[in-house]
Amino acid sequence: MTEYFNEMFDGGKVRQPYNGLDGWMREMPSELRAMKQAEAEALFRRIGITFAVYGEGGDPDRLIPFDMFPRVFTQPEWRKLERGIKQRARALNAFLLDVYGRGEIVRAGRIPARLVYQNDAYERAVSGFIPPRGIYSHIVGVDLVRTGPDQFYVLEDNCRTPSGVSYMLENREIMMRMFPQLFRENRIEPVDGYSDALRRTLASVAPTKCEGEPTVAILTPGHFNSAYYEHSFLADLMGVELVEGPDLFCEGGFCWMRTTEGPKKLDVIYRRIDDAFLDPLCFRPDSMLGIPGLMDVYRSGGVSICSAPGAGVADDKAIYTFVPEMVRFYLGEEPLLENVPTWQCAKKDDCKYVLENLSELVVKEVHGSGGYGMLVGPKSTKEQIENFRHKIEDNPENYIAQPTLALSTTPTFVEEGVAPRHVDLRPYCLVGEKVELVPGGLTRVALTEGSLVVNSSQGGGVKDTWVLAE
Amino acid sequence: MILTVNHVTTYDYDAPMGAAVQSLRMFPSRFEGQRVIEWDVSVEGGLRGGSFRDGAGDRVEGWSIRPPVDEVAITVKGQVETFDTSGVLRGHRELVHPMAYLRETVATWIDDSLAALAEEAVAGATEDLNRAHRLSAAISEAIAYKPGATHSHTTAAEALAQGEGVCQDHAHALVAVARCVDLPARYVSGYLFATDDGTPHEAAHAWGEIWVAGIGWIGFDPANKCCPDERYIRLGSGLDAREAAPIRGITQGSGEERLHVTVALDQVQQ
Repeated sequence: MTEYFNEMFDGGKVRQPYNGLDGWMREMPSELRAMKQAEAEALFRRIGITFAVYGEGGDPDRLIPFDMFPRVFTQPEWRKLERGIKQRARALNAFLLDVYGRGEIVRAGRIPARLVYQNDAYERAVSGFIPPRGIYSHIVGVDLVRTGPDQFYVLEDNCRTPSGVSYMLENREIMMRMFPQLFRENRIEPVDGYSDALRRTLASVAPTKCEGEPTVAILTPGHFNSAYYEHSFLADLMGVELVEGPDLFCEGGFCWMRTTEGPKKLDVIYRRIDDAFLDPLCFRPDSMLGIPGLMDVYRSGGVSICSAPGAGVADDKAIYTFVPEMVRFYLGEEPLLENVPTWQCAKKDDCKYVLENLSELVVKEVHGSGGYGMLVGPKSTKEQIENFRHKIEDNPENYIAQPTLALSTTPTFVEEGVAPRHVDLRPYCLVGEKVELVPGGLTRVALTEGSLVVNSSQGGGVKDTWVLAE
Repeated sequence: MILTVNHVTTYDYDAPMGAAVQSLRMFPSRFEGQRVIEWDVSVEGGLRGGSFRDGAGDRVEGWSIRPPVDEVAITVKGQVETFDTSGVLRGHRELVHPMAYLRETVATWIDDSLAALAEEAVAGATEDLNRAHRLSAAISEAIAYKPGATHSHTTAAEALAQGEGVCQDHAHALVAVARCVDLPARYVSGYLFATDDGTPHEAAHAWGEIWVAGIGWIGFDPANKCCPDERYIRLGSGLDAREAAPIRGITQGSGEERLHVTVALDQVQQ
């Protein structure tokens, strides 16, 4: 029987970070709880935050369950995490700048050339181009799990356009509205500085040709996209335009936004569309979403694109294994955050081990996301395991495997009262003139008892995440 | 050799169109095989956009034309001094790792016939240079030059199955078979000066380049059974014809497009 680290209870004792919540939990009558839960749901419905996190697909109008029980970190816990995340974000950006430049890490033999240059996400069209401040990934979402008081693992990095930050902000907003006394009794670090920090970050990477205050806009694929709510929410908070491809055009080496007062020059695009759909002249010729000529404007320094096209090569699951190596190579530091040990089924010995230990491992598709197409060995039936065995044997390159981690639990409201449920954490690190992290993030919780899959498509919910001030 | 180029590409439309945007890769590469004396690219009624040199060493320039557009005319005029480097792309500054040219594209997709041809061509050859020559010779053999037999979307595999094609098909097939035997390869677009020796050719031309470790990129022109020499002007490269295209453009609207191209290459007598 696996022991799971409970973030609130150490045996019968309440761990210090949760002292402020113990009484709240015990004293809340169940009728009040039900009322508050209904209120929270109504609030979420009203603001319209119903999208699936991380582009997982599924019903876009489905509400992701919100659990009112906050997840708490102490200041020292957070500081340690923060240092580790910032370190990782710096290393990933150094890697991107390098592999689109001279590729020193490959020349030094620290990462196989094939893994980088033959990677589908490696974008030859931007090699040799140095984006402003040399930054490719301006918002790095690092997915973490916890297995003990001091033990965290990075599950994956998201260097393109990590979503879900609107949940971090809305969860807090709703908690403050429903339980104001909690925020009087506990000193909780605010997260509402995120939108200003994001705005500053984006403005700080304006292209060299930009004079004066940079104009920033968010580029969305449109309202049919599952994260459209988040796009418009962030645009509102930052006070910038939300645009779609047809709202923009390229002329004279700049990108312009059509407005009622005539064209306005755009300096920084925070895009929430994939590389392939940015510019039909450079990428997919059939793209209806893109802006013809955008990549020429970008590469000649007329506009900045965040994240930079090509950033995806750093968050590939096969590249992930090498992130600790990047930290050592570029920063000359020891990694503060650990990777989960990973077996690559593309390697013969690894594959053999994986096939022999399927019932104990988690197997994932190299390019998959959202908890689809994955096997959680200990939670699977014999038949499911055998099914997966065939898939791996047929196409070993497509799979990696990791040990089943004993994900920590936090108290969660369930039908019967309060019970421990497994959680993960995605903080959002901003990289611009400064590298910054708001104290908090998105906690996802597996609402099904015993489940280790926190993805919203697989029955996961979200929680407010507190970092206590000292 | 000093060559002059006069190249006019015209797209006209049967109905007024919206804005046109162009990305042009029409500037001679900088390497020991060619020196630009003068060169001018212009788009009639167009606005010049950003210009830059990409990681592969190609100069790219953006252009746009405001609506309504009923014609897009791109004119290239210039004079280049060329030298024979035996096909070797010497002194060409670029950053892209050769391994980035092992990727397949739709046009260069390797089917069983291409794979078989590649394997047979290099059988027994151990040196990469030798293998590259053999691949080029095999493609010349397998695909006969025949204008009109293929179209702009014909893939390497289709051209091989048909056994005939033009320089684009030869170049696609060559890069496909080279990648098949793990030799990085790319599609090159440029010009070829026609001498009167009766060799079939097209003035707007395309060939392949194969990466040979220890030497670098080497051009092979299966269409003319040779390596590029002083008759060639190199413009740019890519994984396939679409990526290496001298002109990539989009004109908004639903009008029918007609394309006219005139290319004249002349030798300046010294």
